[in-house]
Amino acid sequence: MLEQLDAVMLARIQFAFTISFHFIFPAFSIGLASYLMVLEGLWLKTGEEVYHRLFRYWLKIFAVTFGMGVVSGIVMSYQIGTNWSVFSQKAGPVIGPLMAYEVLTAFFLEAGFLGVMLFGMNKVGKGLHFFATVMVALGTLISATWIISVNSWMQTPVGFAVNDKGQFVPAGSWWPIVFNPSFPYRLVHTVIAAYLTTAFVVGAVGAWHLLKDRADPGARKMFSMAMWMAALVAPVQIAAGDAHGLNTLEHQPVKVLAMEGDYAPSPDGAPLILFGLPDDAAAEVRYEVSIPKLGSLILKHDPDAPLPGLTDYPREDWPPVAVVFWSFRIMVAIGFAMLGLGLWSLLARYRRRLYDWPLLHRAAIAMGPSGFVAVIAGWVTTEVGRQPWTVYGLLRTAESHSPIAAPAIAASLTAFVIVYFAVFGAGTWYILKLMGRPPEPGESLPPQVPQRAAGITPAAGVGAPAGKE
Amino acid sequence: MESLDLTVVWAAIIGFSVMAYVVMDGFDLGIGILFPTFKVGEERDQAMNAIAPVWDGNETWLVMGGGGLLAAFPLAYAILLPATYPLMIAMLLGLVFRGVAFEFRWRDPRHRAVWDVSFAAGSVVAALAQGITLGAILQGVRVENDAYAGGWLDWLSPFSLLTGVAVAIGYALLGACWLVWKTEGAGQRHARRLALPLGIATLAALAAVSAATPFLDYDYWRRWFEMPGVILTAQVPLLVVLAAATFFWSLRRGRERLPFLMALGLFLLGFVGLGISMYPYVVPQAVTIWDAAAPYESQIFMLVGALVIIPLILAYTAWSYWVFRGKVGTHGYH
Repeated sequence: MLEQLDAVMLARIQFAFTISFHFIFPAFSIGLASYLMVLEGLWLKTGEEVYHRLFRYWLKIFAVTFGMGVVSGIVMSYQIGTNWSVFSQKAGPVIGPLMAYEVLTAFFLEAGFLGVMLFGMNKVGKGLHFFATVMVALGTLISATWIISVNSWMQTPVGFAVNDKGQFVPAGSWWPIVFNPSFPYRLVHTVIAAYLTTAFVVGAVGAWHLLKDRADPGARKMFSMAMWMAALVAPVQIAAGDAHGLNTLEHQPVKVLAMEGDYAPSPDGAPLILFGLPDDAAAEVRYEVSIPKLGSLILKHDPDAPLPGLTDYPREDWPPVAVVFWSFRIMVAIGFAMLGLGLWSLLARYRRRLYDWPLLHRAAIAMGPSGFVAVIAGWVTTEVGRQPWTVYGLLRTAESHSPIAAPAIAASLTAFVIVYFAVFGAGTWYILKLMGRPPEPGESLPPQVPQRAAGITPAAGVGAPAGKE
Repeated sequence: MESLDLTVVWAAIIGFSVMAYVVMDGFDLGIGILFPTFKVGEERDQAMNAIAPVWDGNETWLVMGGGGLLAAFPLAYAILLPATYPLMIAMLLGLVFRGVAFEFRWRDPRHRAVWDVSFAAGSVVAALAQGITLGAILQGVRVENDAYAGGWLDWLSPFSLLTGVAVAIGYALLGACWLVWKTEGAGQRHARRLALPLGIATLAALAAVSAATPFLDYDYWRRWFEMPGVILTAQVPLLVVLAAATFFWSLRRGRERLPFLMALGLFLLGFVGLGISMYPYVVPQAVTIWDAAAPYESQIFMLVGALVIIPLILAYTAWSYWVFRGKVGTHGYH
């Protein structure tokens, strides 16, 4: 194991660590921004105080989450250059402009609307404030779109030429690059994942307060909304994941075979391997528990359709199968557990016990962080699964990294681990403290003291002439 | 269209982003550097409030500089970041500590002392790392086959350490002058006392760096001192003398705004000097902006977005500073 910890492996671990940590925050803030939009919209439409209360409650949590997303995001824009300089140089002309657009739109969002949303509640009209909230929600989605486009192009590169310096350059139009073959599937799957992640956090917070006081109107409302999301969106996500899988089979068959654990080709239809221990050296799954033909039924929608095996491909093009195999199973298991909780909530609604079934509430609390686990497991599946390439089929990971010696990368990795756990651990603690309090009538706004996750904030500006609060 | 050289346009945009970053984040990093010298309580809260509304807007220019460099000059990005690897990591971690301190310090009064330390230490580390990076680039990096070819501690030299200290002192000067402008009472008097020695130290550091630069290996000497260029380049030190004189005069006369503007002027002149030393190289003596440039299609695609959005950002920034004009209080901005 130790001799494998060379510079490339350390650089990969460092990138995996910093981006996983980073993505936890946007996974939550993308969903929360849309949830806030829905809450404010419902408040404006119905005039019910409880929506206003919940809006203010979650707004405070959003402020802290967004701040940590920004800080950990700055690191990402430099990680690519520090650890993957060869990749940067070769792919920069294609991915650079897409990432620059992400920065520019994020700028615009921050500078324009986040401040109004966070601090402008009493300073601008209701309509204008709602407009700001909508723009923030839209902005998080636009940001996600650019970044997913970059990632998808690396997975399914099209629309490029290679110039005399060995760089990938746009061959003509940018449309095929931005809307590359895996982009729509990945975007839908990722955004729904963010929505589900948020729904389960909201549901857990609601359930927590229901256990203490089942009459709490705020807790009832948020628990009910979250459980609707679980019941309705979890099946959509499973369908989206299936479509994404078919797309991956078309463009990155090796990744899918690793996810399935299919070492040997299956000319008469592949089984679905439920569990087992993948063994790359022996090219087999040991202690395999499988259902015949189901693999082909899922992947080809035909039980007898032949599927290739990993052994049909050169071994140097295999990803580490065990990691992909297991992370995929974790993700799928959580997906079905989410569906299960959603169905349970429908049963509870039918029996009129939604707010009066402590076991359901405890299960919802236990499932609270499940979205984060599923999101990270999903990214591990797709990112480890596309190894050994950074630009799929064209540029190997081993040929992408910076000319940096292993000790330097090991030292910086250690520093990142210590700092991230300390800093974001503290942030998570503050968020949990906010969640531990029930939403109250006349819920306060984010503190007007300098807590400034939010770009240059005209909002506070709008407040300036209004005097002290 | 080809007659308009987009490479030069992009060099100007990125140069502008870096300068905007240095000018704007410079003073708030400087306040972080000076933070331990302020009294716990009102003085510190006042100092924090003087930058709280603007700091992260300032910092986004850093993302713009990095993102723009990757997109417009991928080769430069791929050489410079590995060449300054430990510095970049240290800077990023410093900014993380400092950034969250703004938020956490008000949320968690019981541990405010911890976040104050992380605010100050993060600021010092980030400022030093940026300054040392500047020196490391000026002294040159080893490039072979379009890639960085040196070790991971090549940046370390007396010259780069000098630029590191110089930038940190300069940022501290900007911070002190910003507080002279934005605060009043004991905090302002304290900042004013700091500004004088910092001004002297900044000029000494500027002189030391300027004196050392032409003696580095390359042709900086020729750029600065040969006729007929010297007629133009000689204006830079002359303007520095002028700005410095105005700075000390305005500080003695008790002016509040002029010292900050003059300190900014010193930074701008330093930046012009850098331009004279470097242009058209982006990695001195190894890679010019045209060597490093992304193809035309990439540059034009990005330019459309940049031309729409950068002016909007500047307008918001200007508005935000206008809104927060005047003195700050101690209980958050009102």
